[in-house]
Amino acid sequence: MTKERKMTLTIPKEELMSPGHLACQGCGASLAMRLALKALGQRTVVCIPACCWAVIDGPFPHSSLDIPIYHCAFETAASSASGVKAGLEMVGDTETTVLAWAGDGGTFDIGLQALSGAAERNEDIIYACYDNEAYMNTGIQRSSATPLGAWTTTTPVKHYKKHPKKDIIGIMAAHRIPYVATASVAYPEDMVKKFKKAKEIKGTRFIHIFAPCPAGWKSRPEDTIKLARLAVQTGYFPLYEVEYGEKWTLNLKIKERKPIAEYLKLQGRFRHLKDDEIAMIQKEVDANWERLLKRCEQ
Amino acid sequence: MKKVIMGNHALSYGAMLSRAQVIAAYPITPQTQVVELLSEMCADGTLNAKFIKVESEHSAMAACLGASLAGARTFTATSAQGLALMHELLHWASGGRLPVVMGNINRAMAPGWSIWTDQNDSLSQRDTGWIQFYCASNQEVLDTVIQAFKVSEKLMIPSMIVLDAFALSHTYEVVDVPDQDKVDAYLPPFNPPFRLTPDDPHAFGGLTSPEHYMELRYKLQKDMEKVPALVEETGKEYEKMFGRYLGQVDEYLCDDAEFIFVTSGTAGYTARVVVDELREKGIKAGNLRIKLFRPFPFEKVRSILSKVPKVAVVDRNISYGHHGIFYQEVKSAMYGQPHQPVIFGFITGLGGRDITRDTFKEIADYALSKSQAEEEIVWIGVKK
Amino acid sequence: MSKKKEAKKIVFNSEKEMPIVAMSIGSMLYNKTGAWRNIKPVIDLSKCIKCGICWKFCPDASIDIIDDWPQINYDYCKGCGICAEECPQKCIVMVEEEK
Repeated sequence: MTKERKMTLTIPKEELMSPGHLACQGCGASLAMRLALKALGQRTVVCIPACCWAVIDGPFPHSSLDIPIYHCAFETAASSASGVKAGLEMVGDTETTVLAWAGDGGTFDIGLQALSGAAERNEDIIYACYDNEAYMNTGIQRSSATPLGAWTTTTPVKHYKKHPKKDIIGIMAAHRIPYVATASVAYPEDMVKKFKKAKEIKGTRFIHIFAPCPAGWKSRPEDTIKLARLAVQTGYFPLYEVEYGEKWTLNLKIKERKPIAEYLKLQGRFRHLKDDEIAMIQKEVDANWERLLKRCEQ
Repeated sequence: MKKVIMGNHALSYGAMLSRAQVIAAYPITPQTQVVELLSEMCADGTLNAKFIKVESEHSAMAACLGASLAGARTFTATSAQGLALMHELLHWASGGRLPVVMGNINRAMAPGWSIWTDQNDSLSQRDTGWIQFYCASNQEVLDTVIQAFKVSEKLMIPSMIVLDAFALSHTYEVVDVPDQDKVDAYLPPFNPPFRLTPDDPHAFGGLTSPEHYMELRYKLQKDMEKVPALVEETGKEYEKMFGRYLGQVDEYLCDDAEFIFVTSGTAGYTARVVVDELREKGIKAGNLRIKLFRPFPFEKVRSILSKVPKVAVVDRNISYGHHGIFYQEVKSAMYGQPHQPVIFGFITGLGGRDITRDTFKEIADYALSKSQAEEEIVWIGVKK
Repeated sequence: MSKKKEAKKIVFNSEKEMPIVAMSIGSMLYNKTGAWRNIKPVIDLSKCIKCGICWKFCPDASIDIIDDWPQINYDYCKGCGICAEECPQKCIVMVEEEK
C-alpha cells in the first residue's frame, strides 16, 4: 500500500558526519553534530575544544567529519574560532562558516570568559553548545549546566546538585548579540532551521542544544529522543530564540505542559528524588517557564 | 630610514615590516606600547591586518593559533603574568606546529607585584618548544622579529623575542627601519604546508594514542635541532641585504680571552664596558652574550668557552632549588668537553634591580681571585 | 574529500611516513561499530510509510536511504534502538544479535 509513496525528508540529505565515530549508543551529541552540519554544509570549519566530541571524532590520523576541524584547548572554543575567522579572512576566504562546538563544561564553565569576550566583540562566528548537563567525557562530574536535583559523580545522592542550572541564554542574550537560540535533538527541523538562519546572520550567534547522554543520565539509549522531547514538552528546555537581546520568541508553544516527573523518572540520575524534591523542581521549571513567557510576550 | 624609537616600538615595526596578518593581544605593563602602535597601524591602514582585542592573554594566544592554522601570519606580545597565563597554549603552538611570533618583555613574576625586569617569566617557558631570542638593542629587536618569522615558518616552530622591561622596552635608541620592499624580498608570504580549509578538510590535533604521539615529538625535536644552522643562514642572508649579521650569540673580544662573562639581554652591553676596563688593566676579558637560548647554541658556546680558563655566568633569573638557568645550561654544554673552564654562577638583578658596571666588577673580582667557586650560587647585591 | 571516504585504518610504521602535526588523513569508516551491538534493529518494510523518522534520528548516520527505502547499515549500527522507539508505525523491532 505504501509502494508509491516517496520517502519524506524534512531535513537535508547530505551527510557530513560518517558512521564509525566513537560516540556511545544513543548519544545526543553525535546526533546534534549530524543535524547541525546538514544545515551548515561543507563550507564550514569547526573548532572543538576538550569535550566528548574531541573523542567522538576519532583518533589521529582519522576523523569522522568531512569538514576541517581544529581540536583546540578546553577554554578556547570562542577565542580559537575568533582567530580562525580572522585568519581565513586574511587569506581571502570570507565565505566559510566558522563554528565553535563545545560541551556544557567548555561553555558554561571554563570557556565562559572567552565566549563572553568573543560575544562582546561580536565575532562573526556561530557558537554551538551541546549540553549534556555534566562533564561526561571525564566520567559524569557536575558542571554549572547540571540541573537542580541531579546525581553526578561529584554530586553524590546524599549531596545531589543543590543549585539550579546556570541561565546561559540569559547571559548570552545580555551580550545583545544578533542571534541566540535553543534547539533540541528531538526537533531536527527546528534545529536545522535555526542553524540555517544563524548561517545567514553576521556577528556572534549562539545556539544551545539539548543533547541527552544515556551513559551520564543513566537512561536507556533508545530514550534519547523521548527525553529530549519531554524536556521541551514539560517546559524544562523550551525552544525559543532571542534576537539582539531584545526580541524573544517562543518557537514551540506548549498548551499543556507535562509534569516534570515524567521526564525525571526515565533517568537514573534523578532516581533518589522524593516527592517533595520533585515538587521543588516542578516549581523551578514553572517559574522559569513563566519568566520566559513574559519575555516572549513583550 | 633611521628613527629614534623605543624597544617596544621596535617590536611593532618588526611585525609591521613582516606584514603580520592577524594580531591578537591583551595589554600588560610593560608591553602596552607594542600593541598600541600596532592597533594604530591597523586602524590607519599602514598595516593590513586584523587586530583582535581579546579579553585575556590566554585568548590572545588561542586566537593567534586559530589564525595561524587558517594560514595567516600572526604576531602577539605579552609579559610576565600574561605569558604565564598563556603557558598551556605555548605547548599548543609548538605541538600544533604553528609559527606564531611573539614579543615578551621580561618582567619579574608576582608576588610581590613587580613590573621591573628579570627573566623568570620567559625562562619558565623554556620547555614549551618555542625558539627564544634574547635581545640587547632596539635594532636587534626589530631585525630579529623579521628573521624569526623566516626561521619559524621554515620549520613550523613558534618564536619568542625577549627584551628587558624598561632597560630595553622603554629605552629610545636610533634604529634603522628597513625598506618594506627589501623586507618583502627577504621574507616571502607565509605559505604553510597544511592549513584549515574546507577545500582540503583535515582534523588537526585530534586524539593521539601512544602509538603515534612520540614520533610527533621526535619530529619536533629534530626540527628544533635545525634551528641553529638556520639562524646562521638567515642571519648571514640578512647581513647581505641589510648590513647587520644576526647570529646565535654575540661575541665581544672572546678570541684571545682568558676570562669570559656569559650574559644575556641588556646586561650583555653593560658587560662590554667592564670588559674594556679589565683589558685596560691587562686582564684579557671577553663577553659572550647568548642571544638564541632555545634551542641552546651548544656548538657556538662550546667552541668559544673551551678555549677559556674561567667563565662567569651572569643570571638575572633563578631556578629555585637549583641554580641560575644560564649557568645550568652552560655547565651542561661544557660537561664532558676535553677542555673545561672553571665556571662560576652569579645571580643578580632580580626584580629589576640594576645590573651596573659595579656589578660586573664585583663578579670579575670574585672570579679572578678564586680558583673555584665557594658556592654554586654566588649572589651579587643581596643585602645580607 | 574523497580520500577521507576510504574505510581503511592508517597505521604509521615510521615517523618518516607521518605528517609533522597530528592531522587526519583518513576516515573513521574503518571503525566498524556494528561490533558494539547486542541487539539489532530489523525493519518490516511492508509496514513502512517512508516517513524518514528512523533516518532522521540515527545518531550514527547508520540508516541509509537506498532506492527510496530505509536500510540499516549493520556495519556501523550500534544498536541503540532509537529508530525502533521512534518509528510511528512500530515496524522496526530490536532482535537479539546472534553471536
